[in-house]
This record gives sequence, C-alpha cells and structure tokens, in this order.
Amino acid sequence: MTAPAPAPSHTGSRTTRLLGIAVVVGVIALVLLGFFAAPEDDEQQDAVRMIFVHVPSALFTYIAFVTTAIGSVMWLLRRSVWWDTVAGAAAEIGVLFCGLTLFTGSVWGRPTWNTYWDWGDVRLVTTLILLLMMIGYLSVRSLGGDERATATRAAVIGVLAAVILPIVNRSVEWWENNTLHQKSSLTDGNLEDMTLFTIVVGLVVWGLFFAWSLIHRFRITWLERELRVSDLDLALRERRAEGHTEDGDS
Amino acid sequence: MFADALLVAAKDLRIEWRSRVTASQVVPFAFLVLVLFGFALDANRPVLDAATGGLFWIAVLFVAIVAVQRSTAIETTDGARRALLLAGVEPAAVFLGKTAAVALQLLVVEAVMVGGIVVLYDASIESIGLLAATCVVATVGIAAAGTLLGALVAGVRARETVLPILLLPVLAPVLIGATRAFDDALGTVAVDGWAWLGLLAGFGAINIVLGALAYGVLLEET
Amino acid sequence: MTHLGYLLVGWGVSLGVGVAYATSLILRGRRLSARVPADRRRWMTTDDA
Repeated sequence: MTAPAPAPSHTGSRTTRLLGIAVVVGVIALVLLGFFAAPEDDEQQDAVRMIFVHVPSALFTYIAFVTTAIGSVMWLLRRSVWWDTVAGAAAEIGVLFCGLTLFTGSVWGRPTWNTYWDWGDVRLVTTLILLLMMIGYLSVRSLGGDERATATRAAVIGVLAAVILPIVNRSVEWWENNTLHQKSSLTDGNLEDMTLFTIVVGLVVWGLFFAWSLIHRFRITWLERELRVSDLDLALRERRAEGHTEDGDS
Repeated sequence: MFADALLVAAKDLRIEWRSRVTASQVVPFAFLVLVLFGFALDANRPVLDAATGGLFWIAVLFVAIVAVQRSTAIETTDGARRALLLAGVEPAAVFLGKTAAVALQLLVVEAVMVGGIVVLYDASIESIGLLAATCVVATVGIAAAGTLLGALVAGVRARETVLPILLLPVLAPVLIGATRAFDDALGTVAVDGWAWLGLLAGFGAINIVLGALAYGVLLEET
Repeated sequence: MTHLGYLLVGWGVSLGVGVAYATSLILRGRRLSARVPADRRRWMTTDDA
C-alpha cells in the first residue's frame, strides 16, 4: 500500500481528464470532418452527414446494453458488486445513446425516407422496444430499498431483456417484412474513403465518451453506497454515545 | 416438483374462486375495455373488423396485469412467501404453479371475450382450432412472463406502476404474434397464423425456463 | 449545404445531450464527494472489487 493521496473532491481522475480532453478534441475533429471533409452522397446529398452521429450512437447503445447483460450475469453468478455497478452505469448511458439513436434516426429518416417513423422497419421498432425495457430496468434500480435485492431484481431484468430481444426482433421481422434500413452501410463497400474514415472517428469519439461517462457514473454509485454506509456508522456512533451518557460515563 | 406445482396452482385458484374477483370484476373489466374500444373507434365497422385481433389482445394484456398483481399479492400479504419457502416447496414448482393458475384465469376471461368480439364486433371465426391454440400458447407466455416479473417487483415501492412498465415491453412479441394469428383465425388478413404459433411457443418456453431458474433467487433475496 | 436544418437538429441534440449528461455527472460527483467522509473517497481501493 502506498501512502494515500489527498481525497478527491470530485469523481474525476487523471484517466478521466485525459479521456475528457480526447472527447472534446474528437468532437471538434468530427464536426470539421463530418461537415466539410466528408463528401456528400449522390442520392441523399448532405443528409448523409447524419450517419456520423447516428451510427456511433446505435453501436454504443448495443455495446452498453451488452455490458449491462454481462454485468447482470456476473452479479447473479458471483454476487459481484463491482459488476452490478457497471451494469447499472452502462444501462443509464445505454438509454441515453438509445434515445439519441432513435432521435437522430427519425430526423435523418424525414428527408431520406420521407417519414420520421416507419412501423415496418425491424431495427427501428426493435430498438424502441429495447429502449422501453431498459427504462423499466432503470426505474427498478431507482426505487431504492435493499441494495442486494435491487441488484438481483435489476440483474434478472437485464438477462430477460437480452434473451427476449431476439424474439422481439424476429416478431417484428415477420410482422412487416420490409425494411427501409440500408443493409449495413459499413460493409457494402459503397462508402467513400473519407466517409468511412469519419465514421470511424465518430465511433472512436463515442467510445471515449462511453468510457468517460461509465467511469464517472460508476464512481457516483460507489459514492452513494459509501454515503449510506458512513451515515449508518454515524447513526450507530450516536446511538452508542447516547447509551454512554445514560450510563453516566460520557 | 410437478405435484407441488399442482398444489400451488390449486391453492391460488381456490383463493381466486372463493373471492369471486375474476367473475365479478375481471371479466366485466375485460368486457368494458372491449366496449370502450368500440366507442373510441366510433363503431366504425371496417376499422373494428380490421382491428379486432389487436384490440382483443390489448384487452388481454390489461387483464393480465390485473391478474398478475392479484396473484403476487396472495404471496406478499401475511408473509406467505416466507411460509412457502419454509415449507420446503421448490421455488420452480411455485413458479410453475402460479403461472398455471394465472394462465387458467386468463383463459377463462379470454373465452368470455371471444364471445364479446363475436357479439360486439361481429367477428366471424374461420378457424376455431387456430383461435383456441393461439389463446393457449400466447396465454402461457403471458402468464410466465407476468409471474416472473410479478415476483420481481413484489417487494418494490410503487409496484403497481412498475409492473406494467416492465411487463408490457416484454410482451410486445406476444401482442404482435397473437394478433397476427387471430387475423388469420378471424379471416381478416391472409397470413399464416400457424407459423406465428411457433414464435409464441418459443416466447413461452423461454419465459418458463427463465422464470423457473430465476424465481428461487427472487424469492430468497428480495 | 442541403438539409442543413435536419443536420443541425440531429447533431445539435446529440452533442447537446452529451454535454448536458456529462455536466450532470460531474455535478453529481462533486455534490456527493462533499458529503462522503474523505477517507472513503478513494476510487482505486475498492474493497469489494
């Protein structure tokens, strides 16, 4: 054990500060690349520039929720508080990204598909159901009560959501068997080099932001737990002090 | 284990039968929902015809929430959960029993509601086999998911509002699948209803397995 | 640039929500840190990891 450093008065650390600076620089680069360096699309014209915020949000939505599912399983298997905290933190960030994915998708869909929303689109509807499930997950977490019970409840929902999602996807697929979504834009090779490069930059920026917020969110939950424990300690000490006064040896 | 499950199911059904709540409140509630849909759609025949399957299943989902809440309440009042655990009944058996009891109640309500859509919405049943099979398979899935999530929120504050938030998105595939199968059984849309039964069965199977596995953890730790 | 309005809304909301969330995280962290005793505010030494 090294000598303790002075206690931080915030949830930042050197790692998060570096991450934070990288995100700010990355966002500036992404805006410049996205709006000026990347070429316009033959069909979509400049509307294609929405891809640089939409695709990273979508990818990290899924990465966040996979993290939640893994954390849930680890809680159920090992009762690991660390993993439970990660699962909760990732779920909150995932809901944020999921909302952004649906929002940017809608705004992008209006000029290109001529509609904000399409019930027949599998990925769209599945993502919405996923968002609703994870909002339920967060609401169970936010209700408080016994910590271990909450962790177990949340973990079961996390696993249930992960297991049900393929069925939701399949049901929507059969329901309206048509999709407006382009088949994965990354793999069909039709993208200009500069567009592809900018998407990769977007993914990196979103990844760094995901890491930054995951660390901060983790530490907030950790502080909340410490606060409960120290409040409990304080209450216990006060009780004992009271006891001593009554005995007359204060 | 299955004997225990039967015992639990019989217990829940007996409580339900003695209270007469299903007959005197849940069935009228289901009917009321059907009537309200009629008002909402302005008794517009073509719209009602096309939407009958969907309206039926939305009404079933509402009833399911009520049924699950009642089924969970049996266990939470008077610490009956602890007693059940102490009695040495396997949690998986409790889960299966409660699922069966909820499913059976829902099936009774659905049978009445089928009468309701025939009378109120003038639905014509083209394939009674498909209709019945859809009801059974979809209801097992609904009951399993409902019983699992009901136990999950049992100790939570504001469980009355949390349950629908959790349960309804999970049941989305059932609503889609059962509605499609009904469309076929009622002859409103030309789809292959039997194919949808497979999906509903998959949903039911997953929820039963998951519920049987998770129920013990939830009973003991929450 | 075509579709500039849509692009500004999509990008603006994405970046705006990101900034708002980041700010809220930092503020929550500071507020909580002020209330937790100093000897418990250590990120690197969790006893349950």
